[in-house]
Amino acid sequence: MIQAILVFNNHGKPRLVRFYQRFPEEIQQQIVRETFHLVLKRDDNICNFLEGGSLIGGSDYKLIYRHYATLYFVFCVDSSESELGILDLIQVFVETLDKCFENVCELDLIFHMDKVHYILQEVVMGGMVLETNMNEIVAQIEAQNRLEKSEDQVLA
Amino acid sequence: MALKMVKGSIDRMFDKNLQDLVRGIRNHKEDEAKYISQCIDEIKQELKQDNIAVKANAVCKLTYLQMLGYDISWAAFNIIEVMSASKFTFKRIGYLAASQSFHEGTDVIMLTTNQIRKDLSSPSQYDTGVALTGLSCFVTPDLARDLANDIMTLMSHTKPYIRKKAVLIMYKVFLKYPESLRPAFPRLKEKLEDPDPGVQSAAVNVICELARRNPKNYLSLAPLFFKLMTSSTNNWVLIKIIKLFGALTPLEPRLGKKLIEPLTNLIHSTSAMSLLYECVNTVIAVLISLSSGMPNHSASIQLCVQKLRILIEDSDQNLKYLGLLAMSKILKTHPKSVQSHKDLILQCLDDKDESIRLRALDLLYGMVSKKNLMEIVKKLMTHVDKAEGTTYRDELLTKIIDICSQSNYQYITNFEWYISILVELTRLEGTRHGHLIAAQMLDVAIRVKAIRKFAVSQMSALLDSAHLLASSTQRNGICEVLYAAAWICGEFSEHLQEPHHTLEAMLRPRVTTLPGHIQAVYVQNVVKLYASILQQKEQAREAEGAQAVTQLMVDRLPQFVQSADLEVQERASCILQLVKHIQKLQAKDVPVAEEVSALFAGELNPVAPKAQKKVPVPEGLDLDAWINEPLSDSESEDERPRAVFHEEEQRRPKHRPSEADEEELARRREARKQEQANNPFYIKSSPSPQKRYQDTPGVEHIPVVQIDLSVPLKVPGLPMSDQYVKLEEERRHRQKLEKDKRRKKRKEKEKKGKRRHSSLPTESDEDIAPAQQVDIVTEEMPENALPSDEDDKDPNDPYRALDIDLDKPLADSEKLPIQKHRNTETSKSPEKDVPMVEKKSKKPKKKKKKKKKKKKKKKKKKKKK
Repeated sequence: MIQAILVFNNHGKPRLVRFYQRFPEEIQQQIVRETFHLVLKRDDNICNFLEGGSLIGGSDYKLIYRHYATLYFVFCVDSSESELGILDLIQVFVETLDKCFENVCELDLIFHMDKVHYILQEVVMGGMVLETNMNEIVAQIEAQNRLEKSEDQVLA
Repeated sequence: MALKMVKGSIDRMFDKNLQDLVRGIRNHKEDEAKYISQCIDEIKQELKQDNIAVKANAVCKLTYLQMLGYDISWAAFNIIEVMSASKFTFKRIGYLAASQSFHEGTDVIMLTTNQIRKDLSSPSQYDTGVALTGLSCFVTPDLARDLANDIMTLMSHTKPYIRKKAVLIMYKVFLKYPESLRPAFPRLKEKLEDPDPGVQSAAVNVICELARRNPKNYLSLAPLFFKLMTSSTNNWVLIKIIKLFGALTPLEPRLGKKLIEPLTNLIHSTSAMSLLYECVNTVIAVLISLSSGMPNHSASIQLCVQKLRILIEDSDQNLKYLGLLAMSKILKTHPKSVQSHKDLILQCLDDKDESIRLRALDLLYGMVSKKNLMEIVKKLMTHVDKAEGTTYRDELLTKIIDICSQSNYQYITNFEWYISILVELTRLEGTRHGHLIAAQMLDVAIRVKAIRKFAVSQMSALLDSAHLLASSTQRNGICEVLYAAAWICGEFSEHLQEPHHTLEAMLRPRVTTLPGHIQAVYVQNVVKLYASILQQKEQAREAEGAQAVTQLMVDRLPQFVQSADLEVQERASCILQLVKHIQKLQAKDVPVAEEVSALFAGELNPVAPKAQKKVPVPEGLDLDAWINEPLSDSESEDERPRAVFHEEEQRRPKHRPSEADEEELARRREARKQEQANNPFYIKSSPSPQKRYQDTPGVEHIPVVQIDLSVPLKVPGLPMSDQYVKLEEERRHRQKLEKDKRRKKRKEKEKKGKRRHSSLPTESDEDIAPAQQVDIVTEEMPENALPSDEDDKDPNDPYRALDIDLDKPLADSEKLPIQKHRNTETSKSPEKDVPMVEKKSKKPKKKKKKKKKKKKKKKKKKKKK
């Protein structure tokens, strides 16, 4: 199970924060900061697995992260998830974002946080992986976007 | 009126949407908080409007603010309003906000039930989808109970998109409402064979997650999963199933045997590294469960180790990490296969990646043997010197100590070397593990008698060193070592070369800067030293010397009497009075040394940490009976002194009522257990040996471990541990030569050392005899106590409630509750409550009668009330 998905930039500013277990907002921010500090220390050519984020879970949990340009994508998972599989999943998520936003950059995530959440909702639900096929995910997102557009037209 | 509308719509034109908000925040970097509070005020205004689009916009902005750390729970009702919008666009904004901020403590969450139910049965699949997604984040036990039936029906929806989501959310429903597991399970099983691969994958996901927590209930599904494994091509599904098998094989070794072949095939055929790795992992798990000496499986182990070696040697750091992770699993049962790769592991220790270094450290822990312990620790010490960050260094320190002290110091052949290592570790700056080192020193000094003289000489050198006193400000800093040093010098003062010098070192004014608990130990041990010095002086008939020492005590003790720490004060005051009394006696030429020494007669022995728990309660003693009359209310409430010590506050008895029936006792027992768990001073399992005075004299009845004698080493001054390594090598070489000679003459019995692991390293290890006579004193336990571990399961574990037997057929009462229309004669709530109450009282009975049988075709009795 995935306990949390965090996306933040090179300065630690959160771009997407999704916890699958309830924490008060203060603790959430603390976790983001801590995770940022842990991940910042890592060089780019060392392994993507980190153990020992103190606040999240316990010894069973790992942080699996990937660094893309200015953003860090961090998944906090327990031992029931395959580590390499999650790395692949992060890649799928980022590629989906790329497809949906057309050459995604950090600004897209900053200004369209809600859309990023909707995309994530098609990949991971309730802490478990819902869909790993990128085409399937994109198809669903596009259908929902069309629905939104048609409602907008009715409004206007 | 029209003007109002126009004005209203103009106002709405100036409403910020999400992008405007973000832009605004970015433009107000200096006064961000002020700007945001302004925006929140605007949002509050917007939420008061009737227009649902405006509300939705406001809630969207609130979601963004929640990400920045602002609490939005005050808007919960508004969020629910937006959730109930008819348009999908607004609805999903509402559900997103709910998923970020709703939780079990949200009061208004019960208002969502009907809305969610409506959305779940909506004709639009995306409405349903968004409701399911949102619900998965904030489902509570009440919501789960009310909606379980609806979600279960959705599992058979026509659209696979809905089926997929419904199946996945069932796991959350099971967690919150375990009673739903049995009714829903048959349908879940059906979904394993759903034509849509996404739904199938979701079902596999849910069942694997359930089975990992309670594997024995899902053994009956093994054949079905086996079929899936051989037929599926989706890597995710395969990985989940293989991981599940890894969890099941310990329970059913026959399953393991069947798995080896398909798994080895997969290992050879797959190109996906993730799948390969999981297969290797599961094969290891299977082999561990089958390791009852099947010879043909050594080939499989070799294959695994070979593949893992390839992983570790790969330049991709991720693969290296995973390879090391899997190796450590093999290590536990097949250490021989792994030990040949020791060079590779030691190489990994030098890796610049900290995660890899930590993994390699873990592996080393299991690969240590008598032969290579010194070499490995030497390497680790060089790392300690090089280590930059303190967390890694602390980790190294703990590991070094763990490695050395494993299995009752099994691998240490030369304790002097070990003490010198510990002393070297004290030279580390800024570590947080001073108490660990201190505990080790104490442990070794007490339990290894032969080493006491050496230890005492080292400790007295430590007491002299100034830099340790300098770091006294840190908690758990390296000054903790002084605690051990003082105690060791005091207790084994007979081994001290210059007791007077040590006494002076312990009475220096600088000592008062140390933490209270260390000073307290100093004070106590100063007296022990004093006693032994007095003894010496009186025997040598040096009356002036004796009086000089006493005068020294009288001069220096007052600085402790003035201490802020209460314990130190008390001890110092008592001792000061005693010493003054002795002074008077000395003035009259009365020999006092004997009596003073008598204060410290008797040997302290280590006591096992669980010994206290194992003491049997004597007959006729009821621990729950009242000892005194309970205090009246007003008294105990007035008695709340401003506690100087927080420990004392915790020890005060809780406020109790005066009834004493069965339930009360049970409740109080629970409360007592809770209190004990919270009380850090309650002796449960402390790592350091506990001391108490022996009534019976002598130590003959304590079991000691005899190891072959050898000439003890004598090294002057402060030894460096490297010397020991060289000496040790020479000694072993000499020993080996002698042994070869002896072996030619007669047969030897192989009885060296206490061995706990049967699967331990090679014969060459046993040949190495330790450098000193080592009497490791075993810990004391009460009579007939078993050294077994007690189960310490976490009572709050949500997964325990899911430990439900799924093979029994459903009873009638176990249907999911469905809401019926309210009848005018009878009210709904008692009707709803009754089945729940029945269920609840049934549950414990069922659990007691649940038998752990794996036969599938057994006729079971239906239990009807």
